Amino acid sequence: MTSLIRHKGWTWGFRSTVLLYFLALIVLPIFGVYVQSLSAGWEALIESVADPIAWKAVLLTVKLGLISTFINVLIGTMIAWVLIRYKFPGRTLLNSLVDLPFALPTAVGGLMILLLLGPGSWIGEAAERLGFQIVFHQPAIVIAMIFVTFPFVIRAVQPLLEELDPLEEEAAYTMGASRRRTFFKVVLPSMLPGIISGGMLAFSRALAEFGAVVLVAGNIPGRTLIASVFIFGEVESDNPVGAAAVSVMLLTLSFAILWVINLVQQRGRRA
Amino acid sequence: MRRLWIGLTYAVFTILLIIPLSRIAVGAFEHGLDGFATALLRPEALHALMMTGLIVIVVTFLNGLFGIMMALYLVRATWLSRKLKGVLNSIVDLPYAVSPVIGGLMIVLLLGPDSIIGGFFEGIGFKVVYAFPGMVIATLFVTFPLMVREVMPVLQEIGEDQEQAAATLGAYGWTTFAKVTWPSIRWAVVYGIVLTVARSLGEFGAVLVVSGNIMNHTQTATTLVYQDVENFNVAAANGVALVLAAFSVGLLLVMEWAKKRKGVH
Repeated sequence: MTSLIRHKGWTWGFRSTVLLYFLALIVLPIFGVYVQSLSAGWEALIESVADPIAWKAVLLTVKLGLISTFINVLIGTMIAWVLIRYKFPGRTLLNSLVDLPFALPTAVGGLMILLLLGPGSWIGEAAERLGFQIVFHQPAIVIAMIFVTFPFVIRAVQPLLEELDPLEEEAAYTMGASRRRTFFKVVLPSMLPGIISGGMLAFSRALAEFGAVVLVAGNIPGRTLIASVFIFGEVESDNPVGAAAVSVMLLTLSFAILWVINLVQQRGRRA
Repeated sequence: MRRLWIGLTYAVFTILLIIPLSRIAVGAFEHGLDGFATALLRPEALHALMMTGLIVIVVTFLNGLFGIMMALYLVRATWLSRKLKGVLNSIVDLPYAVSPVIGGLMIVLLLGPDSIIGGFFEGIGFKVVYAFPGMVIATLFVTFPLMVREVMPVLQEIGEDQEQAAATLGAYGWTTFAKVTWPSIRWAVVYGIVLTVARSLGEFGAVLVVSGNIMNHTQTATTLVYQDVENFNVAAANGVALVLAAFSVGLLLVMEWAKKRKGVH
């Protein structure tokens, strides 16, 4: 019996199954999109990319992604700081709530925004009376992006703050540094790797977001049509080449961000 | 100063998370308990919830198993060169960077009726895309990194000493795994499973593209919510959304519990 289990063939069978599963599931599909986008030649790819609706969608996604990342970096850093440094009632509860946007289906997130800010809700009506619209316009997309990427910065900064030796801060105070100066010279630099990698993760997630956005975006080309919704539309209207072209643009961008995150993290580990 | 920061934190949480969550609950019961029950007991809602449940079970099982194996290989395998392990390790993260819609598109391109592989399966009477297998594959793709990323750091941290000691004492590979490795990665695995369940429960973009969202056939809970909203049937959407949200909150609680156990081992 044991000789049967220990037989070499089993081991190799196991290893190749796992690697094959991995290659077939992850590598092959990604490879497939790149091949498909080139299937009709370079010119067709360039033509699809040069379509103003396509590149404007990508550009709009990047722009709104940057705005939402910026806001998330600010509130995320603040929340990470408060949750680690201050003891107050409800802290543990808030700390577990941080992960809620990860656990919640994105379509549900979109529905929430629609209910709270959409037509018929009092915030939506009040905003309309003041002369600007939220849902089906750019603000709603930014809000949806902020919602789904909320945990990234917090979860990246928290461990760094926990690790930070209080002695370093105390040393700064002892040498006469003001609170503000200590924060900017000691605390902020040690949070920075987390802020950068968390922010970039949030940005790449915002670029990719679909579920929450599709319910609240108006999908007007050039104004409120973001890349993932554009791709979905192309698939629905049976134009896989156009969908693949925009996908390749978005994918290449996301992979570049992922690569930079890896670089930042490696440098952080070495320092 | 301190008061201000804590107050601001509470404000952000209330506005961004607590109010929206309670709004869903209120919305679901807008037409009373009956309205909630009708929304949930529609045949398409029951079918959609069943589809979601099936996908969650199959995906969690497959990705749990292969995820643990992959993590073991990436950390321990001596039959892979360091360089190759590095490359594979970065490939594991790729699904994070891929938009779910693109993930779905990939599978349609690769296995759709017009592709070589899809055409072959269609020929023998086996539908992949716009059917259950395609939806499972799409969810597998999206959730693959979760388990690997939970188990790998624990394996790296515990090191190889105990496993080598067990092997020196004559334990077989399987015994070593069961008696030495498994007890230390157990809670990371639980955490990975919870994350995988949560993600496959909520997967929307990839499944929407691959399934075609055919009512009573390939519709899942999340795509039903989407369709209800598109049909301006927001009250019904709320009912299903509340069930999904309740599951997510439940999973979040399990996550907290597992996190505590993981820290203790």
